[in-house]
Amino acid sequence: MSDSLNHKDKLTIAVVGSGPSGFYATEALLKNFPNTSVNIIEKLPVPFGLVRFGVAPDHPKLKQVIMVYNRIAENPNVNFFGNVELDKDITIEELQRTHHAVILCYGARSDRDLNIPGTSLKGYHSAREFVAWYNGDPEAQHHKFDFSHKNAVIIGQGNVAADVCRILTKSVDELKKTDITTQAIEQLSESKIRNIHIIGRRGPAQAKFSSKEIRELGELSNCSNFIEQQSYVIDDIDKNQLSAPAFADIAKCVSIFKDFGYKKDSKKQHSIEYKFLLSPIKICGDSKIESITFMRNRLTDNRKAEPTGDTITIDCGLCFSSIGYRGQAINNIPFDDVKGTIINDKGRVINKQGTVITGLYTSGWIKRGPSGIIGTNRADSVETIETLVKDIETLKQKTIEENAFINILKAKKCRYISYEDWKKIDDIEIKNGSIIGKSREKITDIDKMLSIANK
Amino acid sequence: MAHIVTNKCQRCRFTHCVEVCPVACFHGDEERLYIDADTCIDCSACIEVCPVRAIYDQYDMPEEYQTCIAINSKALDFPVIDTKHEPLPTAMERKKELGY
Repeated sequence: MSDSLNHKDKLTIAVVGSGPSGFYATEALLKNFPNTSVNIIEKLPVPFGLVRFGVAPDHPKLKQVIMVYNRIAENPNVNFFGNVELDKDITIEELQRTHHAVILCYGARSDRDLNIPGTSLKGYHSAREFVAWYNGDPEAQHHKFDFSHKNAVIIGQGNVAADVCRILTKSVDELKKTDITTQAIEQLSESKIRNIHIIGRRGPAQAKFSSKEIRELGELSNCSNFIEQQSYVIDDIDKNQLSAPAFADIAKCVSIFKDFGYKKDSKKQHSIEYKFLLSPIKICGDSKIESITFMRNRLTDNRKAEPTGDTITIDCGLCFSSIGYRGQAINNIPFDDVKGTIINDKGRVINKQGTVITGLYTSGWIKRGPSGIIGTNRADSVETIETLVKDIETLKQKTIEENAFINILKAKKCRYISYEDWKKIDDIEIKNGSIIGKSREKITDIDKMLSIANK
Repeated sequence: MAHIVTNKCQRCRFTHCVEVCPVACFHGDEERLYIDADTCIDCSACIEVCPVRAIYDQYDMPEEYQTCIAINSKALDFPVIDTKHEPLPTAMERKKELGY
């Protein structure tokens, strides 16, 4: 036993990103090698990635997962380095030099492109930008959203689109106790948006919502949900698919759509209209969005959308595209530009020719693309660490100087944030929230975060 | 409200669910798994990975499984299962029997 504790056998591993996949990679590493020292590197001063900046403020139960991350972070072998950005404060080569292995778990902080004319018009945003804004992401606070028009369009029919719908239709009273930022509440309280069109490229049986999210939209107190009759098509191929066990949840969604019906209840203040089989072809307006033109689609036998030639134009002053997040490449790391992921084989980073890059791994959205929910990343990180375990004898060959990584940060005068520092920020946020009856008031300014940490 | 492992888990115990559970709320004995309702965060990650769809959100669980709520409340009597295990030897046969 004493042999396994000697310095030579003690691995030092870097995990880049402190969202779910980073924390689950850390958990799996420590399960396999309890003596490993794990350095979690996070670009922002605050941890938890999309649990903090993606999960909707009105879904507080999901955020309880943070308790699990706190337990992982409290392990004395885990060190958190917030406010340390890859390619800016530290290079991938420096990380590789100072660690036996580097696991890239930095997620997807960009958007899939709609690739149509007009996306530079004012009033066009990605849903990701809006979500990051109301969740207090310091990098999204500069966005300005125009809520002055009564119509908004959301392109995409997944759970992010559903989150955006709820935030746009819930009253201040329904949001004021959550951890949504006060700035977002103030601006949303002035919102004139009444009608939301939520658009899918394919049919109702291909929508990406979970039944739970749709059910929640149906339960909104002051909102009428209805479907566009013309585009609500369930054909025999769909019917056949929906009866299979793997489609159970989609079948549930379809039955909820049916219950919504075709009629708008005009007594309700807000409405959400579900339109299917539409692809946006042009966003129109002078300097800001005035309307969006869509092509009506039909489905081929293998459920691909093809244009019918008919178009429809919807007036709106605000548009969110919610067609998926996208991962970004970092210097010198093999990247699949089509998928927006790091090229890898079960988590082992490989180059385009398939050659393994020793000591480099990946997990989470930057490994497999932006799909799945929090827990999906746990299984994904388990897979990556199983791969790393197979390579362990090779990884151990490398000699690492003690404190090499921290010495680089110190030499660069990088003000990194420890988990204790984060706890100070956390305390202040909870305290500031409780004064105004909220679960938390997030600090959205990086300098402010740093000054709290420095106290 | 929480999620419930129904009796469909008995004689299967595939444990795909425990690997996607973000909060390690599954407990288990020799026969089956149980969800600790106080730890479960209702994320539903477990539902679709189960080869026999043994797990339900209490909200839309069929009437016939109502007794499973009491069975799951014994979760804490058993150890946490948070890594994937081999399924029970009867699993494939049971899966077929359940129509999956």
